[in-house]
Amino acid sequence: MAIVRSLRGIGNRVVNAVWRTGYGARFFLMTLFYSGMSFRRFRLTVREMFFSGVMSLIIILVAGMFVGMVLGLQGYETLKRYGSESALGSLVALSLVRELGPVLAALLFASRAGSAMTAEIGLMKATEQIDAMELMAVNPIARVVAPRFWAGVISMPLLAALFSAMGVFGGYVVGVVLIGVDEGSFWSQMQSAVDFQHDVLNGVIKSFVFGVAVTVIALFEGYDAPPTAEGVSGATTRTVVQSSLVILMLDFILTAFMFRGD
Amino acid sequence: MSTPLVEVRDVNFAYDSRPILKGINMSFPKGKLIAIMGLSGCGKTTLLRHIGGVLKPTGGYVKVDGQVIHELDREGLYALRRKMGMLFQFGALFTDMTVFDNVAFQMREHTDLPEEIIRDLVMMKLHAVGLYGTQDLMPGELSGGMARRVALARTIALDPMLIMYDEPFAGLDPISLTVVGELIRKLNDALGATSIVVTHDVQESLKIVDYVYFVANGAIIAEGTADDIRASGEAFVKQFVHGEMDGPIPFHYPGNDFNTDLGVHA
Repeated sequence: MAIVRSLRGIGNRVVNAVWRTGYGARFFLMTLFYSGMSFRRFRLTVREMFFSGVMSLIIILVAGMFVGMVLGLQGYETLKRYGSESALGSLVALSLVRELGPVLAALLFASRAGSAMTAEIGLMKATEQIDAMELMAVNPIARVVAPRFWAGVISMPLLAALFSAMGVFGGYVVGVVLIGVDEGSFWSQMQSAVDFQHDVLNGVIKSFVFGVAVTVIALFEGYDAPPTAEGVSGATTRTVVQSSLVILMLDFILTAFMFRGD
Repeated sequence: MSTPLVEVRDVNFAYDSRPILKGINMSFPKGKLIAIMGLSGCGKTTLLRHIGGVLKPTGGYVKVDGQVIHELDREGLYALRRKMGMLFQFGALFTDMTVFDNVAFQMREHTDLPEEIIRDLVMMKLHAVGLYGTQDLMPGELSGGMARRVALARTIALDPMLIMYDEPFAGLDPISLTVVGELIRKLNDALGATSIVVTHDVQESLKIVDYVYFVANGAIIAEGTADDIRASGEAFVKQFVHGEMDGPIPFHYPGNDFNTDLGVHA
């Protein structure tokens, strides 16, 4: 009997996981389908960009600065062994533009803006605001979900770019100002090593994909949250955990396609 | 009675295998204020959600303004909902909007009215519920009674033909209770609307309604005017209306025998 029970438990979990994946995919398609209002009344999207993008600026800029400073310090120590300190600029820039910028900005975005989106929509559901909207003949997917989705998708690459820019500045401060690496070689090495299409554009594509993934997960978890305090808190936790894992998984897949054989 | 605006015919509904509504028949004539009463969890709100088209019955149908609501597509349902208003139990005000924006919400979503006219209409609605001057407050700054009245102003924003109230008296102080009760009656008459009030507040609702359906365990057990309900000999209704401890509604939740579980044998 115990074996049957545990098999039944596993079966239930698998069925639930498949059901939720399907429901999530349907939710994503519905969000795309009802996106018209997000562009017709673009101020709705701009308002959400303020909450998810602008309000995330501080954490993104500060984190970017420190990551760049650490890169500058560690990079200098490593490059010094091979007498290549002058390549510090290219090391900092390539690390940030290709990997750390999109990935870390997305992780921070998921924990700051993604969790806030989930909690907000979950609470709107718990306090019957979503039901009220539906009964007022206003589609909540079009009015609440889609503007937040597009706000996240637009904000994410901009935040990643700012993260990378601050990181480069942090690397410059540590490498050039504090350690004394030659300023000319720092910038010229960076300029010659970083290719716009291959590095910058691929980084932007990565952050766009992460933006889609994080906002869809955050919005779906909020919309699907049980209308209780535990339900909303559980959904918020799931958003951060799932987003983080999905970002890292997608990063591996995208990197394999974009930078293989460099 | 005049032509019904809402007809509920043989409606059955179950969550999984648990029956909630069992063959409900109701009629809501135009211009009347009708209450659906019963204990918490007896299926009142579920019934209201069927009328609003949120839930589909497993049997029977609900007709609103001549249209079977669960047969409508999304466009048809939304077109019908524009003629309805619903007041939720705790108001369900949009917490990220001011009082003004809450009341203006439907006007902005469903009409092309210029902002100046929307402003005048919002002020009129707020004045009607006695809250002119609160337009710049956020929902978090309102008391429970005020929030309910703002929600009422939002409900009547587009002068609906059908207004539904889900427990409008829950958690209100005696003054707010009377104010909200009076408003429900006055707004129904002034707008020429049909109102459905789901409540378990007997005394307040019997003062204002034209007709009452009494629901218990998913079925109608009594109906009539307020006087009929007050005079009802039905044991269930009598216990409920007069708030008696003894009667068919048990105090204890059905479960195992208490003494047996404690190991005490008489």
